[in-house]
Amino acid sequence: MWPKELSRARLHVVTGKGGTGKTTVAAAMALAFAFGGQRTLLIEVEGRQGIAQLFDTSPLPYAETKIAVAAGGGEVRALAVDAEAALLDYLEMFYSLGIAGRTLRRMGAIEFATTLAPGLRDVLLTGKVKECVTRTGPDGRHFYDAVVLDAPPTGRVVRFLDVTKAMADLAKAGPIHRQSEGVIALLHSADTAVHLVTTGEDLPVTETLETVAELGAAELRVGTVIINRANPRRLPAPSVDSAADGRIDRMEVRAGLAAVGARLTDAQLDGLLAETVEHAIRMRAEAAALARLSAEPPDGPAEPLHQLRLPEVADGIELGALYELAKLLTEQGVRTRPVARTIRSAEAGRV
Amino acid sequence: MSQEDRDLSVGPTVPSRQPTRWLDLDAMLTSPSTKVVVCCGSGGVGKTTTAAALAVRAAQRGRRTVVLTIDPARRLAEALGLTTLSNEPKRVGDIDGDRDGVAANSFESTAGELYAMMLDMRRTFDEMVYNHSTPDRAEKIITNPFYQTISSSFSGTQEYMAMEKLGQLTATGKWDLIIVDTPPSRSALDFLDAPQRMSSFLDGKMIRLLSAPARFGGRGLRRLVGVGFGLFAKAVSTILGGQLLADASAFVQAFDTMFGGFQERATATYKLLRSPGTAFIVVAAPEPDALREAAYFVDRLAADSMPLAGLILNRVHPVLADLPAGRARELADLVDQTSAGQLTSAVLRLHADRVDRSGREQRLLARFTNAHPDVSVTKVPAVAGDITDLAGLREIARRLIQPPLAPAEDTRDVLV
Repeated sequence: MWPKELSRARLHVVTGKGGTGKTTVAAAMALAFAFGGQRTLLIEVEGRQGIAQLFDTSPLPYAETKIAVAAGGGEVRALAVDAEAALLDYLEMFYSLGIAGRTLRRMGAIEFATTLAPGLRDVLLTGKVKECVTRTGPDGRHFYDAVVLDAPPTGRVVRFLDVTKAMADLAKAGPIHRQSEGVIALLHSADTAVHLVTTGEDLPVTETLETVAELGAAELRVGTVIINRANPRRLPAPSVDSAADGRIDRMEVRAGLAAVGARLTDAQLDGLLAETVEHAIRMRAEAAALARLSAEPPDGPAEPLHQLRLPEVADGIELGALYELAKLLTEQGVRTRPVARTIRSAEAGRV
Repeated sequence: MSQEDRDLSVGPTVPSRQPTRWLDLDAMLTSPSTKVVVCCGSGGVGKTTTAAALAVRAAQRGRRTVVLTIDPARRLAEALGLTTLSNEPKRVGDIDGDRDGVAANSFESTAGELYAMMLDMRRTFDEMVYNHSTPDRAEKIITNPFYQTISSSFSGTQEYMAMEKLGQLTATGKWDLIIVDTPPSRSALDFLDAPQRMSSFLDGKMIRLLSAPARFGGRGLRRLVGVGFGLFAKAVSTILGGQLLADASAFVQAFDTMFGGFQERATATYKLLRSPGTAFIVVAAPEPDALREAAYFVDRLAADSMPLAGLILNRVHPVLADLPAGRARELADLVDQTSAGQLTSAVLRLHADRVDRSGREQRLLARFTNAHPDVSVTKVPAVAGDITDLAGLREIARRLIQPPLAPAEDTRDVLV
């Protein structure tokens, strides 16, 4: 379940091993936060245009774009942050390098600068995230009720969020340095929670546990672990082990079918039983992997993990399915505390 | 019509298949003209496992094979005997199984050899610096703080070093076949672009401009960006700090003498990748993202004239019983109304789930094959559970080379 105190967080970072569906979960979470009239922002930073593909829209520009609405006037906006564009913003802002900046970009100078110091890229990206989280409207209240960040995968996420280390690459003064101090404060505060998406397979669970430990060491708060694509468990629990070992009572299945007048060929029955064995093996492996999330240290996490579950979506992810997933998250308690605003219209703030 | 008369196998369980061309991996691995196999694809699709299984199969067919893995999961590394990062190939024993069982016979083993290694990015870079430089110059490069950054965390280094290692392995002439896994990049394309990006980074033009634009800028470039560049250089040095720029500059100067050799190497490797002895295999899973990446990659390989062998679609779930999903669910509902049908009902429902899943997988693949009808495909049924030992890799190898069954026979496909 979703612990209540997480509803106070304003920045929700979503990570996970590649292939676990972290973009989908991040989108569903942003949508869940919007239910009931909130305004949320979904940010991606890896240049994959994963959000646009998920919502089936054209590639996102470097601007906050409305991509979904929710009941009660809620809405989700999306932003694809690009380190080069963010650096150009800075150059423009602090050095008035408008047109020259574009030429520099064509020459590859901007990319050069961002690769020269690998930390710079992350500092620029997290800097933009922070700006969105802390932005206020004309009424002085926060513009977004919550911001969800589709972050880099588990292997890279701690390095990405550990801005303190990235800063070592950079000058000890200057505008970016000053902003980074604010980023560090935000990421390490109660305003931020890092959620990890996993599936019931061994490797994603292992990476999840490793990342939880790394996050702890970097003093970043773990929010929830979302077990995604949880397969329906069809077999009655006592039959799983024997079925996984290949022992299924063929006569019982045949009799069960006969009782409703169904007659299957031997080939059909063989096929069904073979599928059942595979299903049982998968269930057993899944149960063993997921048990590690709840195990005691040293095998399990240092602190118990809050777990959420999302099912496999039968017909592929499209917008309708996202609403369904968001609803399932809401049922497990996922919500954000709305920002009290005096003017509640979309025009209230700068976009 | 009585219940007994129900025909339970009416209608296809799955949508009619696209006539995809089958990728005959065994023929490819066995052919003496195949020298290098590169496995690419997005992260999380089983690329490393596939590379290892292909290597097992090639060795079984008598070829002296080495597999270069990039970042194997611990258990897979253990399965290959790679408990420590060695950066040199290590012999893997027992590729045929215990030789008394079916495995050895059915594989017609002619005892090749299998070696495996894990890329040590940093050490590969160090070696390259030593090989292309005088000892004291190399020392200067390696102790430069900037080198530490670029050799460990520059985003293209892993890709670059994988290609460098491939070049080295080829140069030894010791191997019949080299199988390369590619890094789990953000995008599958990174690995083709990284060497180029890294080269333009190291060629030193930009760093000279940044550290002393007035002296090195060159009139052409300065005219192009005008006053902007000076400002840019100033801004960058404010952001990055003078020390970093000074380190980078010293690094590039020291690197300068070996840059030619460096670039020559990269060009040679690129040429090797385009040669007829190389086969690219794109690995994917039946998921929208993975197949989209696969499609990008196929297009890119074609654009760069790189030889594509085909697509390996991992983790598919063939339907093993010819019984439509709707029918199975109806029966399950009926069974649920009887007293003792819990197991039967579960069996029917999980079959219906599987038919749905298989249909979804085929629709995803059809989307890919419709756009790329000339790409050969091998589908690999999912293995329930992880690959933790050589027996697991042999099983994957077996699935990789299995010809597709005729649709009528599809129902009695692989059992675990």
